[in-house]
Amino acid sequence: MIRTAVRGTGELLITAGLVVLLFVAYQLVWTNYEAHKATDSVASDLRDSWDRPNPSGAGPAAARGPKKVDFGKGFAFLHIPRLGKNWTIPVVEGVDLPDLAKGVGHYPKTAQPGAIGNFAVAGHRATNGEPFAYLDKVRKGDLVVAETEDSWFTYVVDRTKIVSPTSVWVLDPVPGHPGATPSEPLLTLTTCNPRWASYERLIVFGHLTETRSKAEGPPDALVRTGGKA
Amino acid sequence: MYAWIWRHLPGPWPVRTLVSLVLVAGVVLLLFTAVFPWAESSLPFLQVTVDQ
Repeated sequence: MIRTAVRGTGELLITAGLVVLLFVAYQLVWTNYEAHKATDSVASDLRDSWDRPNPSGAGPAAARGPKKVDFGKGFAFLHIPRLGKNWTIPVVEGVDLPDLAKGVGHYPKTAQPGAIGNFAVAGHRATNGEPFAYLDKVRKGDLVVAETEDSWFTYVVDRTKIVSPTSVWVLDPVPGHPGATPSEPLLTLTTCNPRWASYERLIVFGHLTETRSKAEGPPDALVRTGGKA
Repeated sequence: MYAWIWRHLPGPWPVRTLVSLVLVAGVVLLLFTAVFPWAESSLPFLQVTVDQ
């Protein structure tokens, strides 16, 4: 009787241990595999939709910035040469976990890329594709390019800051100036800090320095580092 | 527990082995598609947004 109970408990504990190990494998390997697959599919869908002729007959540059998209749908690309020669990731609408598993997520109430106000984006730093794994390498003066259907928007990084998880002010149209009316296009990137914890957030702030139409070709920031259109 | 399951599986040992493997695969699939995605939502390093 006691023997059976002890054996049963032992088996349960070993099983629990195996499940925990499986969960670690799931996090470190499987979520990245799934996220890369999802990211690739979002990216190729977006490129395809851009390449398709516009059914309305209007030119591709007709709209001012990208139109509103559904949550979880890609609408732009982010290029950060500091993170890798051809580092690029689709930007999807929304910052919930299912959205962030497909790329980096655009905070829904913030500005569109290139628009006056604050274009704010969140991304994973560990597992689930971990696009912002090395966001801490980004320095003042680095360039971040947002690519939309008809434009290249080049932002230059002004500063990086580590803040508390409740610092929603970083998303303000003018971060640090609540209620201020924005006068220029700004950029905010957020991720967790430290990489494997969550008691802080790592923030990258920038402002728009150059706008080019797709017809003019990619900005120097990408050409020089070998990025392609 | 495992001995009990083994005793209650039907057929000779090759069949039991096959059935056990299928059972294990089913459990792993359930973990990966339902349990783990639910469990990971509370992991600290997945919280990358600023929020109240």
